[in-house]
Amino acid sequence: MVADVKERQGFAGVVLPSLRGATGPLIGLIVLCLFLTFATDKFLSVRNFLNVLDQITVLGVMAVGMTFVILIGGIDLAVGSVMALAMMVLGYLNVVAGVPMGIAIPLALLAASLNGLVAGLLITRFNVPAFIATLAMMSITRGLANMITDGQQIIGFPAWFNMMAIVRFGGFLTLTVAVMIVVFIVGLLYQRYRHGGRVLYAIGGNAEVARLAGINVQRATVLVYVVCSFLAGLSGMVLAARLDSVQPSSGVSYELDAIAAVVIGGTSLSGGTGGIGGTIIGVLIIGVLRNGLNLLSVSPFMQQVIIGAVIVLAVTAETYRKRK
Amino acid sequence: MTNRSPILSLRGIQKSYGPIKVLHGVDLDIYPGEVVALLGENGAGKSTLSNIISGTVQPSAGDMTWLGKPYAPANPRAAIDEGVGMIHQELKLLPKLSIAENVFVGRYPMKSGRLDRKVMEERARVGLRRLGLDVPPDRLVEGLSTGKQQLIEIAKALTLNARLLILDEPTAALGGEETQLLFRQIERLKSEGVGIIYISHRLEEIRQITDRIVVMRDGAKVQEFDRGDVPVRTIVEAMVGRSLERMFPTLPVPTDEVTLEVRGLSAPSKAFRDISFSVRKGEVFGIAGLMGAGRTELVRAITGADPIASGEVLLHGRPVTPRSPTDAIRNGIVLVPEDRKLQGVVLDHSIAENIGYANLGEVAHNGWLSSRRIREFAEDYIKRFGVKGRGGQNAGELSGGNQQKVVLAKWLARKPQVVVLDEPTRGIDVGARSSIYDLIMDLAREGVAVIVVSSDLEEVLGVSSRIMVMAQGKQAGILNREDANDVSVMELATI
Repeated sequence: MVADVKERQGFAGVVLPSLRGATGPLIGLIVLCLFLTFATDKFLSVRNFLNVLDQITVLGVMAVGMTFVILIGGIDLAVGSVMALAMMVLGYLNVVAGVPMGIAIPLALLAASLNGLVAGLLITRFNVPAFIATLAMMSITRGLANMITDGQQIIGFPAWFNMMAIVRFGGFLTLTVAVMIVVFIVGLLYQRYRHGGRVLYAIGGNAEVARLAGINVQRATVLVYVVCSFLAGLSGMVLAARLDSVQPSSGVSYELDAIAAVVIGGTSLSGGTGGIGGTIIGVLIIGVLRNGLNLLSVSPFMQQVIIGAVIVLAVTAETYRKRK
Repeated sequence: MTNRSPILSLRGIQKSYGPIKVLHGVDLDIYPGEVVALLGENGAGKSTLSNIISGTVQPSAGDMTWLGKPYAPANPRAAIDEGVGMIHQELKLLPKLSIAENVFVGRYPMKSGRLDRKVMEERARVGLRRLGLDVPPDRLVEGLSTGKQQLIEIAKALTLNARLLILDEPTAALGGEETQLLFRQIERLKSEGVGIIYISHRLEEIRQITDRIVVMRDGAKVQEFDRGDVPVRTIVEAMVGRSLERMFPTLPVPTDEVTLEVRGLSAPSKAFRDISFSVRKGEVFGIAGLMGAGRTELVRAITGADPIASGEVLLHGRPVTPRSPTDAIRNGIVLVPEDRKLQGVVLDHSIAENIGYANLGEVAHNGWLSSRRIREFAEDYIKRFGVKGRGGQNAGELSGGNQQKVVLAKWLARKPQVVVLDEPTRGIDVGARSSIYDLIMDLAREGVAVIVVSSDLEEVLGVSSRIMVMAQGKQAGILNREDANDVSVMELATI
């Protein structure tokens, strides 16, 4: 806290404050990477690093939206289902109805965003608690996703679609990773430097103070849920490209991974503190951890236990640090 | 009185947090059947001292004796078991539980392993009746007035058979009648031999009920008076450690131009009905009345925070009846709300951010802003208002007076035409109050129409050029400064 009183300049002035409250997770990430570098001979390589990036694209895009929601003190349990719905809409429009991708993708994203609009309106107009409203949306959208093909998967996308997730442009970035990085940067800039982004902190800190300060809390809340659903839909596009197919059972419990990434990154579930910077680190921790555990041939069941332990560790460390 | 042995003796009590010493060896004796006022500005060490007595905090050095035996409570439970009842300034009631459950929380009367609801409610009813509270014990706490909730807190302590009662600002939220009721109870407890430590910022009532006054400053006991009726000025001077020239500044002369006019305003909840008044440019307009008279509801409606059922608000003759705070703010009508912590500032955000939240539109260039720009913007106001703190510091670390300056600063940056202050000095040190009053006068001098709502009669009388008195949601009358005094206001308020 004392440190940010001092004026910062240049690079450090932009990046370091974004990580405020996330220094603990950042240290955790570095320690984890150091450990894996020594524990396995495959971890420290450009190839493996690019693999990790590929693996976190879906979670990364989704977690940015979740960060906004949690920042205003809300929660969105529907993102996994919304993702599946967007994927099925995409598959139906493109493969079954023959709509070109250039139109099918925006329509799928629109379908996803509508879910957020409904959830946001339920929360603001009808005072349904966010937990309940999005729990209901989770069930509804999952059902709708299944209804489109009666539970069947859809294959047969154009070949270039899958290539987006495979071809590394310049030997480095796949298009899907590029999408994630763009979402990270836009999210980070919006949250730190836009009027609309700073308002989210006020709402999460104390919604009544924000309202009395003349902030349109209702509108901001609806927008946040729309954006979160939009990004869930976008993460669905990324997953569809990676899998080259869509199925309505995709994304089950992804909302919990997204919440975990946000929380590991230091954003408080009660709202008002944290941000995208921390979430990026949270996503990287989960990605690196999964990757490392695979390299160490740890069983998937054990991986679940370890990830749970990391969540507990991250949150208690943060609470302890604050108390001191 | 002094020939009896004390209930509680403190000798050389010290407390340090790391290198910071907050208590420097305090001696204090409390005898049975006396009310001792513990006075001092915020940060003087009153709360730390009472927390040590009630077992919430452990002293770093010093001894305590309770009824002749060494006393060192390790936690609040131990202190309660000895017979120390502490009533905190901030209410600690559970709104979704019944009154009886709140009174007996954690020590429910049991019968064969089950909660004995009948006994519990009966005992709660007796406790409530002792305080003259006529509410059914099975009613939920939610929705009760702050005053009633405060009395329930006291009922809770009384059912513990406390030998020593610590009351921290018990009347901060009470109206005149409820305060008198509380005082009658305190008299009765005194006659039963209970010792009472009474912490309050309202010096008038201290004179009324206390037998002894202990004044603290900077963690030490600086003065002790063996009687209660010490002149307020003498007490205040002991508290602030310097002599005061004046409490209230001179009022500016208002212009004849009417800025704000309210016509026949009523609330959907009927909390206030058919209110009409006008405030001139550069005038400070006071609103007085008892708890529940509808003052807060009225000013919240004028500033768009609460809905309006009928009537209108005019600014310079133009109808501007607000539908939301955003609406009112756009017209330059702003509210400094009653509850700073819940409505005024975000406690765990920085001062600069708090000031920024009401002004993001102005700070931003085409919607872009940065922490640095917000801080630079705020820094200017922090200096101008003499807020003791830096822009990066959390608002929660500030004293009440400085928090209030932050709330004011965030509005004044918008150059408002009407500023409404609801209980502007509640919970703020006597020393810091005069600087808030100065700010109010500066506003008026700059041509702002100011409305001040206050339960503190002395305050309304001191700062207003006209006073509207409300009673049970209706306007009982508007008094000019020359005709207003505590008697004329109370007469109207109790109609």
